[in-house]
Amino acid sequence: MELLFALVIGVLVASGVYLLLRARTFPVVVGLTLISYGVNLFLFSTGRLATGSQPILGSAESYSDPLPQALVLTAIVIGFAMTAFVVVLSLRNQADNDDDHVDGRQPEAVTEPESAEVSRQ
Amino acid sequence: MNHWLIAPILIPLLGGIVQVFIGYAPISLRRTLAMITTVLLLASTIVLTVLASDDSYRVYAFGNWQPPFGIVLVLDRLAALMLLVTAVLAFFCHLYSIHRADEGSRQFHALFLFQLMGLNIAFLTGDLFNLFVAFEVLLIASYGLLMHGGGTVRTVPGLHYVVLNLAGSALFLISVGMIYSVTGTLNMADLAVKVAQVRGDDVFLVQAGGMMLLVVFALKAAVLPLCFWLPKAYASATAPVAALFAIMTKVGIYAILRVYTLIFGASAGPLANLGMDWLFPIALVTLAMGVIGALGAEKLRTLIAWQVIISVGTLLAAIGLGSEEGTSAALFYLINTTWIVGGLFLVADMVARQRGSAADGIVTAPRMHNRTFLSVLFLLGSVAAAGLPPLSGFFAKLLILKAATPGLAMAWLWGVLLVGSFVTVIAYSRAGSIVFWRNVSGHIAETEKLTLPITVAAGSLIGLSVVIVLLAGPISAFTDATAAQLHDADAYIQILQTPMVGGKES
Repeated sequence: MELLFALVIGVLVASGVYLLLRARTFPVVVGLTLISYGVNLFLFSTGRLATGSQPILGSAESYSDPLPQALVLTAIVIGFAMTAFVVVLSLRNQADNDDDHVDGRQPEAVTEPESAEVSRQ
Repeated sequence: MNHWLIAPILIPLLGGIVQVFIGYAPISLRRTLAMITTVLLLASTIVLTVLASDDSYRVYAFGNWQPPFGIVLVLDRLAALMLLVTAVLAFFCHLYSIHRADEGSRQFHALFLFQLMGLNIAFLTGDLFNLFVAFEVLLIASYGLLMHGGGTVRTVPGLHYVVLNLAGSALFLISVGMIYSVTGTLNMADLAVKVAQVRGDDVFLVQAGGMMLLVVFALKAAVLPLCFWLPKAYASATAPVAALFAIMTKVGIYAILRVYTLIFGASAGPLANLGMDWLFPIALVTLAMGVIGALGAEKLRTLIAWQVIISVGTLLAAIGLGSEEGTSAALFYLINTTWIVGGLFLVADMVARQRGSAADGIVTAPRMHNRTFLSVLFLLGSVAAAGLPPLSGFFAKLLILKAATPGLAMAWLWGVLLVGSFVTVIAYSRAGSIVFWRNVSGHIAETEKLTLPITVAAGSLIGLSVVIVLLAGPISAFTDATAAQLHDADAYIQILQTPMVGGKES
């Protein structure tokens, strides 16, 4: 279970970082969301992975740590609010600049070959 | 348990909630209530500073849970000092915003007060996860404030700021999780005990967590590889917001100072002084980068934004010395630089308002209105910021230079700091002479008159430099005692033994 859990977190964060570096607002928002999923799962695992045990001391042989669950809950709420804000901000960026690049315009290196092609035609 | 400790959190919280509900009330009522809140906050921080100056730790445990269970607020000299510096800066920024800046949206005062609440939680908290929550509270308020006033110029810097800080928050959570998974606690005092006992392979986990935490704090503090978001964001924000943001980078520095002297301090066993070898060289490079940026600035506000980075570099270099004298000098410099940079942002905005379309660009323009008054304010501010005698910046930098012990570190610190200060003076004098002296013929159309509140706000913040010089003795005595308290981590750990009212046995 530990291996599977670690792989899931790794894949989520890796995809998130890849999308974050795409420099367009929609992939960036999705990337941030994936990273926060990965982080939440990671936080959850910091209390050790245990199945079928209760978060109450003394009632059973093994217990699961309740604190990471509280931390994850807080992190989810905060992450949700932040994602909502960044979505609104991305829409505003799109409306203000007519472009979904995070800089509000395309980097020059990308536009140059296109214009060169146009002039050749 | 002392209930005064929650005053700096409750006052802006309640004031902010009131502001949310009276968004449609007459603006004079909203302004009056908002100013009352800030004044009350200032009064409460003065009380706390007086309380803290007896060198004891005061603890407020939410829900009466015995530490390390539950969340605690801890008041010591450092927390009180940061609270007071923030409250003074906030009072004058708020006064400045009364004039014009708060007309842009109905929620300005609410956001401003929530921002103060987040800052105060960050300074008071004694819990690592609560520090994360405080960062999020102050960040989400700062996102709103940064975008305040509209205009398309703020969208792109705002987006960069938000995305970077969200990535930083993810990193913060990962590092907190790593530290928790080994130590099983998030209370800072308990962490200081547990981290020292970590042995074997767990050391590497905590080490990785601690270094990632340093990256997060460095992002907040705008240390070199992570500082390029700052000039654009600060230069495009509304003046009182930019001035208030002068304290935002200091939150990162406060967190570094707190976590790396307490949890990873000298007595942390195999993890003692984690990351401190990195701090000093990176700080010097940050300082150099800030100076280069200031030289190349095209607008007054960009110039002052780079001054923020210069002061971050100077502060961390002094902290990186790792001695009590260095920390004390850094705290003295922090008081000075926070207020002066805040004041300079306000002055730059006033200049921009008097120059018509040239705004705050460092370009020749027709003679501005109120030139004498504004140029004197700018001169005083830049003298204090660059560190020329007789104003406070000079004494602060002198203390930092004196704190270095002879050796390689001293050579680097003296070299970079002195050359850096010299080049900063060149940057300010170039900007000042172009903006104020090199006039072209022409006439600037009617501009807004300088009203009393904004003049008082900007003048007072700059004038505080003189006050710091006059009170240099008491202030440096306070920062010396703060540094001594900070480097004595064992005393902080004693708060775990504080009995709570009606606390359980054990």
